[in-house]
Amino acid sequence: MAVSMMNSKFIPFLTITAFISLIMGCNEGNILSLSERSIIYCSEGSPETFNPQLSTSGTTSDASAKQLYNSLIVYKGNKNTLAPSLASSWHVTRDGKKITFYLRQDVNFHQTGYFTPTRKLNADDVLFSFNRILNKDHAFHQISGGQYSFFQSVKFSELVEKIEKINDFTIRFILKRNDSSFLANLATDYAVILSEEYGQQLTIQDKQHEIDILPIGTGPFKLQDYRVGSLIRFYRHDQYWQEKAKIEQLVFDISPNKSNRLTKLLAKECDVSSYPIAHTTIAERSDLTLESITSLNVGYFGFNTKKAPFDNKLVRQAISLAINKQALIDTIYQGQAARAKSILPETSWAYDSETPELGYDPVRAKSLLEVAGYAQGFTMDIWAMPVQRAYNPSAVTMAKLIQADLKKIGVKVKIITYEWSTFLRRLSQGEHQSFLLGWTADHPDPDNFFTPMLSCTSREKGSNRTFWCNKEYDELLKKALTTTNMSKRKSYYAQAMTIINEEMPLLAIAHSKRFQARGTDVKGDILENFGGISFYEVYKNNEVSNTNKVMAPNKKAKVID
Amino acid sequence: MLTFTLRRLALFLFTMMVLTLLSFSLSFLFPGDTVINHSGQINATATDLAKLNEAYQMDKNIFHQYTAYLQHIIHGDFGQSMASQSPISNEIIELLPATIELSLVALLIAMLVGIPLGFIAAINHNKTSDNAILSLAMIGYSIPVFWLGLLAILLFSIGLGWLPSSGKISLLFEIEFVTGIQFIDILLSDSPYKWQAFNNASAHIILPACVIALAPATIFIRLSRAAMIEVLATSYIRAARAKGLNFQQIIFRHAIRNALIQIIRHVGLQFANLVTLAMVTEVIFSWPGIGRWLIESISQRDYTAIQSGLLALSCFIFIVHILTDFIYAALNPLARGNNHGS
Repeated sequence: MAVSMMNSKFIPFLTITAFISLIMGCNEGNILSLSERSIIYCSEGSPETFNPQLSTSGTTSDASAKQLYNSLIVYKGNKNTLAPSLASSWHVTRDGKKITFYLRQDVNFHQTGYFTPTRKLNADDVLFSFNRILNKDHAFHQISGGQYSFFQSVKFSELVEKIEKINDFTIRFILKRNDSSFLANLATDYAVILSEEYGQQLTIQDKQHEIDILPIGTGPFKLQDYRVGSLIRFYRHDQYWQEKAKIEQLVFDISPNKSNRLTKLLAKECDVSSYPIAHTTIAERSDLTLESITSLNVGYFGFNTKKAPFDNKLVRQAISLAINKQALIDTIYQGQAARAKSILPETSWAYDSETPELGYDPVRAKSLLEVAGYAQGFTMDIWAMPVQRAYNPSAVTMAKLIQADLKKIGVKVKIITYEWSTFLRRLSQGEHQSFLLGWTADHPDPDNFFTPMLSCTSREKGSNRTFWCNKEYDELLKKALTTTNMSKRKSYYAQAMTIINEEMPLLAIAHSKRFQARGTDVKGDILENFGGISFYEVYKNNEVSNTNKVMAPNKKAKVID
Repeated sequence: MLTFTLRRLALFLFTMMVLTLLSFSLSFLFPGDTVINHSGQINATATDLAKLNEAYQMDKNIFHQYTAYLQHIIHGDFGQSMASQSPISNEIIELLPATIELSLVALLIAMLVGIPLGFIAAINHNKTSDNAILSLAMIGYSIPVFWLGLLAILLFSIGLGWLPSSGKISLLFEIEFVTGIQFIDILLSDSPYKWQAFNNASAHIILPACVIALAPATIFIRLSRAAMIEVLATSYIRAARAKGLNFQQIIFRHAIRNALIQIIRHVGLQFANLVTLAMVTEVIFSWPGIGRWLIESISQRDYTAIQSGLLALSCFIFIVHILTDFIYAALNPLARGNNHGS
């Protein structure tokens, strides 16, 4: 009896000792090699789908476009010239209406637990991918909602007359008219190539909806596992048509809370973190680096022009005048952004320096409100997006500052926020009065700002959440697209910006830099000039000795400060 | 023992009735359509709605509605989450084990630290070590758990870099879901990195478990101290002393056993407290458990998840209470005669 009691007394100590020895005695050999060959990326939200054709959300294209897929052509280099990708070359006829692509013949699709390809990429896959968007009767058109936001906003189906398969590796796009932004649109993250064979397999199994949930592409990584709100796990695609990626496993640790992401970065639980906060802290640490890229984007405060009182132009102007933009930029972006005069950033070639800007003038705002019949003020809601984006690192804080600004002119503000996908869904249903959101360009063509954000077509099916529609504005955009004369295009866009500043469907706030933090052992470019991030060229420093291949340093030079 | 068991069962059923009644009434109190709150099908079409109204007997009186609701619950149909549109029963099955695991480890730590310290304090009653332990317990009890959690992360994760700050395990390890209890799943898995995963999971659980354990540990200190002081003052201890038993014999053979019985009764009560602390801690340490899920549901106004989650959680805590009662009764025959459920 005494013995057993002594034992029970010692059990705690034994357990603790065993526990400690387990932790301390952990043999790091294999762990190191596993973590050496993998990257954990702390991302800011869950993607809505794995098909970038369907969504313009940055979170979605970050998680899918450049990881899982390739497009026919890509942007390369400093000057953003078009370069071959799945199409090894292409040819445009003189009238600009026929564009022929010659495909690579050695491109393998992903082999995963749910699909094994039997053939390489050919023209059928290209037809399948684009007909899914263009052809309303296509078997897959209505799968996942049938909303192809980006393509609808650039009026892709009105532009393309048909797509012809010339032979197995040649495909021709026939356009109804010459469009100066067509090739640029094909080089975006959204114009990805899906597998036609996989589509057929799903049709036979009657599981068509899986095409966007369990994706098959040609990209450098393939999807292994996805848990909403928790993680995305990618494995390397070993039969990639270019040199295969240097890491074997890529994990997106979905951490919507920004201080959580900072903690994980500091505690080395993630190698790379999206949209970090506390820039100075990160810059001071010797084991972390902070990088940024000047991206073409705009953060804005939009009004639902379908809902009272914002159907009144004067109210929209008054609210815009009452907001102290510079204060927002100093606080929210910590000065790391340029004040936006209109939706187009100053770095774009089409930017007109004469663009007028609505200043900060609360007195005039108040008088405008009186003219509009709201002398007593009113109550409104601001929908602040729950995730951090480069164009708006903290929408809720911004909403609070706007709340304080508007209080001065007698307008009461309620701040509303939802989980990201719910937020976007409710926004597209027009439940909001005003909202804080932004836009990141997918390619350098200025049309990519004007058409998706504010045109009448994107009001119905795209990303125009102000529901503003102006015939004159749309007419200007159409004119700008049919001409290739740069100075003419520039003047059309300048006129369009004047209309925006007069009508005020939205108040452009800032053009920012996109920031990213990583451990110093993580090498290779991640941030891309346009669209989503790419982990293709990333590796960990200590892995160099293990690989005998030396990669040619033909990576693009980037603006990294 | 049979009457005792029947009594506990009756008490269980009655309490469950009250709990389901409460969660049932929540559907009426939350904004929105009652049947949608019950089922969580926010995108229901007109025909779906008609079916739901039929299933929940919304056209009949409130008693029928309650019975229909109860039938759904008994069949394990808690509706679906308004936010993720997946069945809540699935989510609970996935998340509850993580909370149980964390709470059990925390409880273990609290008991292993708290009870011996309490005994030491009692044996040295009114001496310096007693006072020191008591003051430590007081300080520990007064520290709010969210602050302690943040401090622990700041010190051990960011400052010293010893322990990870979030999650159950590094995401690099792929552990198949079997029981939901991470350690068991790791041992069952055939991953080549099994032991590394085990170490990694242990490192992940230390900080949150210790943070949760602090407050209950201080309560255990005080409980075990009080119980021990009481036992040491009894006549059979004095008799043992008079017989000439030495100190170790008195403490280990007589005092500890009798004092422990008093403490076991409170373990169940502490468990409820522990789960509450775990909910807050899960948010801080991003622990994928039911507490974090419930708090997220609240912020997303996911009414179905809130009412079903509360029901499942309270049901679970109640079962733990009854289990500890049984253990107590098995250890202490005197308790079985107790006529009133307590």
